[in-house]
Amino acid sequence: MAKTMIDKIWDQHVIKGKEGEPQLLYVDLHLLHEVTSPQAFEGLRENNRPVRRTDKTFATMDHNVPTVDIFNVKDMISKKQIETLGQNCKDFGVRVADMGHADQGIIHAIGPQLGLTQPGMLIVCGDSHTATHGSFGSIAFGIGTSEVEHVLATQTLWQNKPKKMGIRVHGKLPKGVYAKDVIMGVIAREGVAFGTGYGAEFYGDTIRNMEMEERMTLCNMAIEGGAKMACVASDEKTYEYVRGRKYAPKNMEKAIAHWKQFYTDDESAYDKIIDLDATKLAPFVSWGTNPGMAIPIDKTTPEIKNADDQKAYDYVHLQPGQSLKDVDLKWIFFGSCTNGRLSDLKIAASILKGRHIAEGITAWVVPASRTIKETAEKLGIDKIFKDAGCEWREPGCSACLGMNPDHVPAGIHCASTSNRNFEGRQGVGSITHLASPAMVAAAAIHGHFIDIRKEAI
Amino acid sequence: MDAIKIFSARSVPLMNDNIDTDQIIPKQFLKNILKTGFGKDLLYDWRYLKPNVPNPDFVLNKPERQGAQILVTGENFGCGSSREHAVWALKDYGFKVIIAGGYSDIFYMNSTKNGVLAIKLPKDQREYLANVPPEQKITVNLIDQKVQINDKEFFFDIDERIKYKLVNGLDDIAITMNMMDEIKEYESHIPDFN
Repeated sequence: MAKTMIDKIWDQHVIKGKEGEPQLLYVDLHLLHEVTSPQAFEGLRENNRPVRRTDKTFATMDHNVPTVDIFNVKDMISKKQIETLGQNCKDFGVRVADMGHADQGIIHAIGPQLGLTQPGMLIVCGDSHTATHGSFGSIAFGIGTSEVEHVLATQTLWQNKPKKMGIRVHGKLPKGVYAKDVIMGVIAREGVAFGTGYGAEFYGDTIRNMEMEERMTLCNMAIEGGAKMACVASDEKTYEYVRGRKYAPKNMEKAIAHWKQFYTDDESAYDKIIDLDATKLAPFVSWGTNPGMAIPIDKTTPEIKNADDQKAYDYVHLQPGQSLKDVDLKWIFFGSCTNGRLSDLKIAASILKGRHIAEGITAWVVPASRTIKETAEKLGIDKIFKDAGCEWREPGCSACLGMNPDHVPAGIHCASTSNRNFEGRQGVGSITHLASPAMVAAAAIHGHFIDIRKEAI
Repeated sequence: MDAIKIFSARSVPLMNDNIDTDQIIPKQFLKNILKTGFGKDLLYDWRYLKPNVPNPDFVLNKPERQGAQILVTGENFGCGSSREHAVWALKDYGFKVIIAGGYSDIFYMNSTKNGVLAIKLPKDQREYLANVPPEQKITVNLIDQKVQINDKEFFFDIDERIKYKLVNGLDDIAITMNMMDEIKEYESHIPDFN
């Protein structure tokens, strides 16, 4: 019987249990951050249990960290969560990229960057955007705090195998259309729950032609469509991305030979397939209060079909039939585990170069990791942003969710490269418009979205 | 996790239906970094008139109900948000057994992960328990799956795997720990690329 790559990786990680019942799975990499881990460590302490495999565990501070004056955490609760992770890592011998450490950054940026994330692995983290790591041809998903403790104590996890969905994407992406638009386009068409109960695999020539960081963006947002895991089969691009990184395998040839077994035999292995013609895609922008409420930039906001739509329109202060090009933007956010990587900053900088953001706009640039920030500075990218009138900040999750002081003010429309446009997500009363880094950069210059395919930037 | 086999304790009735986890532990208390310490904020909005001022009319604040470890309550207990903090708050307050008409699936599973026995009984039996005098203990016998009071015995159903965990005081981790030989055997076959 034909198998998917998810089946093949999954089956190799089963320690105990049959398909159809909870199976005990081995975890190759457990990533931690300060918000969902404190109670898990406390549980270990209460039971006198050590972290079983510190060599397969890695932590960083990302959700709460300030992006200016980083050692001066003013929110006492945030400060305590950050310090607690540091102390827990010290007490239990867990590797940690602490505040200000060269490797610090958003956990989903530093896993790939450090070579911790590798094909064929089973990777978990107490965070729903863990699916990002599936872009390396691995199984990666978010877990709850009790499960974090279970993994810390045993390096294993009880899970039911999901159904498998193939997401076939074919054709050349039009100019001005990016990986962000592919995943936003899928969710806009299929809804925010189409992937519930499934593990998703992206495949097709469009995906093969994507660079690794584009594949990360794609898998990162699969959870916004309900799929707790999403992946792309590994290939030469994957291997070259991993090669030479800090924690990459020393014997790459042996590793690659092992990784090459993880591919989907044929399409009959999927329980469900959805198909997307990339050539027909346009740049997407979200209008409402979940990522499925998004439209191509050349379309107008949809009719009200239900109470949810009405509630969303009330919140975002828009009406049906409006063009998102007419929405007055006052805030810009470049960053997050979705689009805060070097390639994203390069694209935005290429548009902002020699230009200035519109009057009255506040624009924050928050690189996803310190390494990304420092690399960008070496390339002079920081200067382009600063010359354009943007604030160049320290790494972290920042205004994607506003657990730190980076909040978008109430009633303000923000063009954001992040992943969620929920009510209050970026700050109480804030209104988020998700889009690609190129679309956000162009919007920053004009003070409103433009169709970057057609209009002069 | 403490085992529950036969447990006797005084009870407190809170017979509202649909007590949601937002009521059990409001959102402002979720930033605590421990699983403990939530007990003082359990049912916060009902329990306090304003910060540090207990509502004397609320049943949990009655002197004769102090030290109760069995909560007798209504239908659909623990509905709403999935927050595990709700179970942590009940446990930290001292509740070891909850007797309700039903539970949300998520709350029920969270309770099993924290050694809190969540029993389902029909309304007439719960009303009988709610009228037990505050000083009288109720006995919960998990081995025989029954609640005993005076000459009454109320039998309840429970999943065998969950019962096994609770009777033996095993959390998921303790159960998995018993499979350590198999985990180590698995680990011995993990390919090494270094």
